[in-house]
Amino acid sequence: MTPSSSIASPGAAPAHDEHHDHHPNYLVDGTTIKSWLLTVDHKRIGLMFLFWVLLFFLVGGIFALLIRVELLTPGPTIMDAMTYNRTFTLHGLVMIFLFMIPAIPAVFGNFMLPLMLGAKDVAFPRLNLLSLYIYLAGAMLALWGMLNGGLDTGWTFYAPYSTHTTTTVAPVLFGAFIIGFSSIVTGINFIVTTHTMRAPGITWFKMPLFVWAIYATSCIQVLATPVIGLLLVLVTVENLFGFGMFDPARGGDPVLFQHLFWFYSHPAVYIMVLPAFGVMSEVVAAFSRKNIFGYRAVAYSSLGIAFVGFFAWGHHMFVSGQSTFVGGLFGVLTMLVGVFTAIKVFNWVGTVYKGAVDFKTPFAYFCGFLFFTVFGGMTGIALGTVSLDVPWHDTYFVVAHFHFIMVGATIMAFLAALHYWFPKMFGRTYHEGWGLVSAALIILGFNATFIPQFLVGNNGMPRRYYEYPERFQALNVASTAGASLLAFGFVIIAMYLTYALLYGRASGKNPWRSKGYEWLTESPPPTHNFVGPQPTYPEEPHFYVDPKKAEVPDAV
Amino acid sequence: MSELLNNILFLPEAASTFAERVDALHYFVVGTTMVMSAGVGLAALFMFFRYRRRLPAQATEYVVPTLKTEFLFVSVPLVFFLAWFGIGFRDFTWVTTPPKDAMDVYVMGKQWMWKFAYPEGPNGVNVLHVPANRPVRLLITSRDVLHSFYVPSFRIKQDALPGRYTQIWFEATKPGTYQVLCTEYCGLSHSKMLAEVVVLPAEEYDVWIKEQRRGRLQDRQDALADTSLVPPVARMVEQGQVLAGTQGCLKCHSVDGSQHIGPTFLGMFDRLERLDDGKDIRVDEAYITQSMMDPGAHLVAGYQNVMPTYQGKLQGPETAAIVEYIKSLRTANIREGASEGPAYDAIQ
Ligand code: HEM
Ligand SMILES: [Cu+2]
Repeated sequence: MTPSSSIASPGAAPAHDEHHDHHPNYLVDGTTIKSWLLTVDHKRIGLMFLFWVLLFFLVGGIFALLIRVELLTPGPTIMDAMTYNRTFTLHGLVMIFLFMIPAIPAVFGNFMLPLMLGAKDVAFPRLNLLSLYIYLAGAMLALWGMLNGGLDTGWTFYAPYSTHTTTTVAPVLFGAFIIGFSSIVTGINFIVTTHTMRAPGITWFKMPLFVWAIYATSCIQVLATPVIGLLLVLVTVENLFGFGMFDPARGGDPVLFQHLFWFYSHPAVYIMVLPAFGVMSEVVAAFSRKNIFGYRAVAYSSLGIAFVGFFAWGHHMFVSGQSTFVGGLFGVLTMLVGVFTAIKVFNWVGTVYKGAVDFKTPFAYFCGFLFFTVFGGMTGIALGTVSLDVPWHDTYFVVAHFHFIMVGATIMAFLAALHYWFPKMFGRTYHEGWGLVSAALIILGFNATFIPQFLVGNNGMPRRYYEYPERFQALNVASTAGASLLAFGFVIIAMYLTYALLYGRASGKNPWRSKGYEWLTESPPPTHNFVGPQPTYPEEPHFYVDPKKAEVPDAV
Repeated sequence: MSELLNNILFLPEAASTFAERVDALHYFVVGTTMVMSAGVGLAALFMFFRYRRRLPAQATEYVVPTLKTEFLFVSVPLVFFLAWFGIGFRDFTWVTTPPKDAMDVYVMGKQWMWKFAYPEGPNGVNVLHVPANRPVRLLITSRDVLHSFYVPSFRIKQDALPGRYTQIWFEATKPGTYQVLCTEYCGLSHSKMLAEVVVLPAEEYDVWIKEQRRGRLQDRQDALADTSLVPPVARMVEQGQVLAGTQGCLKCHSVDGSQHIGPTFLGMFDRLERLDDGKDIRVDEAYITQSMMDPGAHLVAGYQNVMPTYQGKLQGPETAAIVEYIKSLRTANIREGASEGPAYDAIQ
């Protein structure tokens, strides 16, 4: 094992501990294909998830660009209506089920959770590997269906359209159903790990906030995913054999479909965004060298969001014919989600107060994140204001809102996590200048893509429109221009990170001087996470207080 | 002022009484959103600069919020959110509750067009004529999949569901032509499912509707003269009467107040029916439609669940015609109370 010969090597850092040669890091401990495919090491599983998730992000991104190019002109531009309908369906499905839901939990959750809890692995390592293969099996089945016939229902599969359409519904929905099991299995694994594998010294209120976020997310996954699984099976059966659950011509009820669908899919929004919140809590603490301002408030608000997230689904149905009173009820409950998010935002900003800010790439993403969360969150509250949702529902305003809050926040966090933990995972560093440039491009590009969509939604353009009236064009052109900028930012990241992976300088154990627990071990970590005695955890995570200075916590 | 704001926000012209309410709240919400985001953003930027790192391993103070600070973080946004919600819900209740004197129009979505039917006038496709400054209630349904009826300039939207009527109302304030869009994805030509609302000054509208009727009469006479075919039924009520006969409704329901296997149609509309679970229900369009599509849903006390479903047997306009027919059987001097039990034993 020569230090610079393969990607796997961490490079020759001068301060290596003497165990290094006897305890190879997880990347080089076994280099055969089999040792990767059959591994039960949570870190290797996390990396394999990273590979697939990035691949699917690329696929979804290409479809996004196709959508944007089609919408450059009011009439047909590069494809026909049927192809367009399949394209946005594929874009939504791939992005949601194959990218955003697994992205942070399956990649960084898998990798970091045991490290942050001082554990040698997750509670059920084999189950962990199984969840990867379930995910891949479901993904392949769904993609096969999309390429052989394709689905044109949109990712919401609303009945009775989805039960009547002649496109191939069954394999795609069944694929999504299978992917759900991966989600449930990962969730159970994380919950049990958090409960049973915390090292001595890590009490519930000394857990890193990323662990809290993953824990809350896992609870939602385990509770909500079975509902969509059931629903997908019902729709498939109805489509194939003409059962009458959702078809009024056979005594069924299409609104029932919507209730069941949003009962999962609304909490699913938090499955996507809570892990992002968790990442950002780590990043803001590490780069402002401060303990989290209001640690408990941030931890509890994750649970709060997970809880009320289950009772807000009806806000997708204000104009579906549900009663006015029920609309009001769901409206109020939606406001509560907003309040919990506000607590987090204020506490993140508070964390910077009296800190020591180092404006590195992950912190740049934190800035973008703050903006997208505040703006995306506030527009969500506006949508919960029942009378305003009447004109906005199912227009581009909604498209812009959910891209801001769930895509914007999730992408910012995903990229922040990738940059923050890159040295941890690979033992190498990337070029900071390029990091900042691409972060700026991405944040700008994202705004340029979706701010025009708020406006075109205000102007009345419905979503899922292949052709649109002339007057919407200018804003659509602006949005497409923004999307190209965004795509360009991603290309740059792909380039310098690949370069860093191959030729980057050795990072050393803890290049950020972070006090997160995961940095207590080597970077990259050895196979069983620690060499020698298990680390001890005398302080809460992110405790940057000068020991000579006052012990007395001062209050603001 | 609102002209300028509308331009900045790209809002279409506000042409209904509801639009004015929505826009007023919109300005308030957008305004506070901007101020709050700017507040958070500027505070953050200031601190990034003020507290920038000077030494690589700089230590920081241990700062935690007091309970008062956290309380502030919760209550300030909550007060704003609830204020928005309060106003929004008041307006929402208003737009979902049509005034009693509203004029009715039936709307049916179909892949991929909008059909309109007036109880006292013509049917039309993709063009809806309404009078200005008079409340109009839309009774919306669909013939196939979900659609959603959206008029940006009126700021109203309502889903169209197969097998059900939903309602919304508006009062147009300015004569003109406004676009209707479908906002629920409904397949291949979803984006071509466009229509328009033509708002006429009230007097012109009255003239228009009279002409339509005369035109129909003329058509009928021409048709008679030319081909001596059976004249087309011009009015929904007449159409409903014919349908009630041919579909077999009148086998069980009388129209003269006498009791039969089902409750009589005479005076049924707007009556309070006592159901067999002891509750009362007001007979309106939604109830009548539901009784046709799912007769067992609300059984009138004293009657058996013997009525067959008409789901799939009646098309949207046919259902509407029957509803209109039943509405026309309202007489002032007829009994107000609930239906009595059947005159014969039900056929088992
Ligand atoms: C370059 C970036 C992106 C662009 C330009 C883009 C563009 C769009 C557009 C125009 C639509 C609306 C299609 C329609 O309703 O007619 C859409 C829908 C959607 N996008 Fe994106 N998108 C981008 C990135 C993402 C990402 C990163 C995600 C998720 C991680 C995502 C998730 C979705 C979802 C879930 C939908 C709804 C699909 C549906 O309506 O069925 N998008 N996107
Ligand atoms: Cu439609």
